[in-house]
Amino acid sequence: MVNPTVDLLIQFGLMAFIGAAVAFALITMSHMMSPTSKNPNKAISYECGVLPCAEARVPYNVHFYLVAVLFVLFDLEAVFLYPWAVAYRTLGVVGLVEMFIFIGILLVGYFYAWKKGVLDWE
Amino acid sequence: MTEFIILIIKLVLIIAVAVGMVPFLIFFERKFAGFFQSRMGPTYAGPWGSLQSFGDMAKLMSKEDLVPAAADGPVFRIAPYILFVPAFVSMTLIPFGPMDVDIFGYNVDLVVSSFDAGVIMFLALGSLAVYGPVLGGWASNNNWALLGALRSGAQMVSYEISMGLAVVGVIVMANTLNFVDIVDAQAGGFWNWFFIPQLVGFVIFFVASIAELNRDPFNLAEAEQELVAGYMTEYSGMRWGIFMFGEYVNMVVMSAVISTIFLGGWRAPFEFLDVIPGFIWLVSKMLFFIFLYMWIRWTLPRYRYNQLMDIGWKIFLPLAIANLAVTALIISVV
Repeated sequence: MVNPTVDLLIQFGLMAFIGAAVAFALITMSHMMSPTSKNPNKAISYECGVLPCAEARVPYNVHFYLVAVLFVLFDLEAVFLYPWAVAYRTLGVVGLVEMFIFIGILLVGYFYAWKKGVLDWE
Repeated sequence: MTEFIILIIKLVLIIAVAVGMVPFLIFFERKFAGFFQSRMGPTYAGPWGSLQSFGDMAKLMSKEDLVPAAADGPVFRIAPYILFVPAFVSMTLIPFGPMDVDIFGYNVDLVVSSFDAGVIMFLALGSLAVYGPVLGGWASNNNWALLGALRSGAQMVSYEISMGLAVVGVIVMANTLNFVDIVDAQAGGFWNWFFIPQLVGFVIFFVASIAELNRDPFNLAEAEQELVAGYMTEYSGMRWGIFMFGEYVNMVVMSAVISTIFLGGWRAPFEFLDVIPGFIWLVSKMLFFIFLYMWIRWTLPRYRYNQLMDIGWKIFLPLAIANLAVTALIISVV
């Protein structure tokens, strides 16, 4: 075909398109087959049978936010580790030492977060 | 042009396998659930209850698709697709057999895309799938759905880290991020498969994958007794069905990825068994992992949320880093 990048885009794009088309076809078919009856009571949010008394989008526990922040840090660490892991045999001992320093710095932050109680859920 | 037609045929075949397996997986999951709990499971529809999934499908099809008035309509409608589509795209990375095979006179690679950054692509698509539950739960504007979405979001990102770090050991050993080359690095019998030297990474990856799939014992996101149905509470009819479908397709993909990374993919356990096509080996390994997922789901009770986060952050993350360090040390010494 043309060149590797375009090939990949075609492959992934076609797959995403066919996957979305399968889901879309299933939902459209169900729209054709299913009965529709308008009733305002059906459109009320579910709250175990009572009428919902407030908006559901309330402030939530800040812990979820902290987990998201830590995720960004450590996922980036993992992404930095991949190229290193691929080139590991060519880098030799220097690469090993450098990566230990890198992981060491991150572990300091990890234990700091642990001692601060970010990882504790009560 | 021929290449394009071959590509379309491969894509359709992969989708047929992934989608076609789902009704049978649902049926066997319910049958196994029955056996594990000394019940019969479904028996009425068809011989041995075997048409149960198709009956369920027909029922879901004929249900009304409700969108609550308080919900954010477009986001609510689009969320199931976000869970569903990335699973298929990850499937393109999995090799089903050797490269350059001669089929009916055409030269065919038995993989859709031999991508050099395949592992990263797989993890990125896994991160993308987190948006499905989170956006669905947020758009529903419902207390249960919001709590379920927050829980599943935090849980999936936490275990994604352990998962990503557990693979690095394999990458160091195989020297590549391409799934095709990872399988090639495991050629020649089951003693070369990566689950033996990378046993710690294998266990971490497997358990983290259960958490990624939101299945018992980590299905806190839809804990029925406390959250009704979690992020799916407001969904009905086929839109709910797409969420469910997506979870089973994700299970197929996850088992395929584990088999490829740790169990040699399409390679046979002994070289004299190479006469059996690689496709059959890969599918049997996938079925083994799927059975393991079902077995675990119906045997273990659910963890508490703080236990779940403790396992992910305080045990698996340090363990994965230690595994990586030990692997790197051993490889530089040997």
